[in-house]
Amino acid sequence: MPSTSPSGSFDFERLTVRGVSRHYGRQRALSRVSLVAGAGEIIGLLGPNGAGKSTLLGVLATLIAPSRGRVLYGDRPARELGAALRRRLGYLSHDLQLYPELTAGENLEFFARLYGDTRPAERVAAALLQAHLTDRAGDRVSGFSRGMRQRLALERSLLHGPRLVLLDEPFTGLDERSVGDFVDRLRGLRAAGCIVLLATHDLDIVDGLLDRAVVLRAGRTVPLGDAGGSLRERYRAAVADDVTARSLRRGTARTPGGSVGGRSELPGDDWRARTPSDA
Amino acid sequence: MREVLRVAWLVLRKDIRVESRSREVLYTTTFFATSCVLVFSFAFVRSGRPVEGAESGIVWVALAYAGQLALGRAFERELHHDALRGLLLAPVERGAIFAGKLLGIVLLMALVEVVVVFFVALFFSTPFFAHPFLFVGLLAAGTIGFAGVGALFAAMLARAQSRAVLLPVLLYPITVPVLIAGVNGTLALIQADPNLDLARFWLALILFFDAVFLTLAFWTFEPLMTE
Repeated sequence: MPSTSPSGSFDFERLTVRGVSRHYGRQRALSRVSLVAGAGEIIGLLGPNGAGKSTLLGVLATLIAPSRGRVLYGDRPARELGAALRRRLGYLSHDLQLYPELTAGENLEFFARLYGDTRPAERVAAALLQAHLTDRAGDRVSGFSRGMRQRLALERSLLHGPRLVLLDEPFTGLDERSVGDFVDRLRGLRAAGCIVLLATHDLDIVDGLLDRAVVLRAGRTVPLGDAGGSLRERYRAAVADDVTARSLRRGTARTPGGSVGGRSELPGDDWRARTPSDA
Repeated sequence: MREVLRVAWLVLRKDIRVESRSREVLYTTTFFATSCVLVFSFAFVRSGRPVEGAESGIVWVALAYAGQLALGRAFERELHHDALRGLLLAPVERGAIFAGKLLGIVLLMALVEVVVVFFVALFFSTPFFAHPFLFVGLLAAGTIGFAGVGALFAAMLARAQSRAVLLPVLLYPITVPVLIAGVNGTLALIQADPNLDLARFWLALILFFDAVFLTLAFWTFEPLMTE
């Protein structure tokens, strides 16, 4: 249930997305997407490039207004909550939202102060420790590797203890050890009652971590079967079924025993199916 | 109000720190404005005598073009690593973020103004500081008006692919009253027989423009920043 304390701070334990669509002119980025997420859940947003994952995260972060549908934080829409809601959101975008001219410590301090922390030294130190960047605190971010930036940006997005954590491709550039640390961090967020939505192509990493996965394709949700097998196999089956179903609707059905031609929408899987013309 | 000022100061301090390390915008705008003054000095000084009143136009044209450069870069920088979204997600009045960005641009333009006024005074022997309060008032009010409208448009267009073309197309028609008032007000001050009443009239006009457009900018910044 949502709550607003006497001091005006707002909290919620359920996120509801109802029939959300987003259009850019005639381009459809999201089409009637619905989902519900509760506190202590990690939900994966899966899908090929351009499926609408980042747009959905932008809508949930209140940065993009939906063309249709509603997003409820608890039982209240974003427009009623404004800054009080933004205090409960943590968003790591693919572009990291860091200032390369500033040092790691200055970046964290700036955002901590922006979130109202007037004495951020302790919080900044803890975040640097968590990102394994304590000894690089005074170095400019422009000199960091992608993985170091990624770790710093993640801590920046979690600095204020958000309820809803939105992560866009959080594993990009991370080495094996950092991935392990990050997975542990996500488990910690789940235990702390955060609602975590992460868009990723790294299916092997998140297999076993996610409580649920939502597959998006061309802006629509696609059912992910609950039959056995790895997440990668289930994702592959869901996307293949959707490709077939859409082809049938368009009258370009696959031939018996054959398949529809095109590039795979599975990460790391570069198949090209045979079509009658290939034979 | 205190919270708005606190956030504006945070954003301004961050921008100063970023610019002090890159010096990209300061060098570009100062170099551009100085080049403008130099070119104009060749065009408007004949046989060692400057065309009467040309200095006023030169100052304001140099400032407008240098300001446009600064406006474009100030928001492009925020866009570069999606930092603008990071700012917009903060639980603060978005108007305060606008105020911080605006103050940064005004400060930068003020530094450019010092250089421009110095060179124009040097090349044209212009008595800009015969009436210092009115002259600084005209410059300050004009800069705030120009930067206020410009910052709003630059923020709006930050995500547009053709922002480099659209910014001047939108900016100049709206800020032309400020520029005209600035030119006429400055001219009234530097002519052989200064007309202080006329200068005050143009200053009042700029202040009126500032009040209207800054109110509009603060009011519309939040909805305009939601995609």
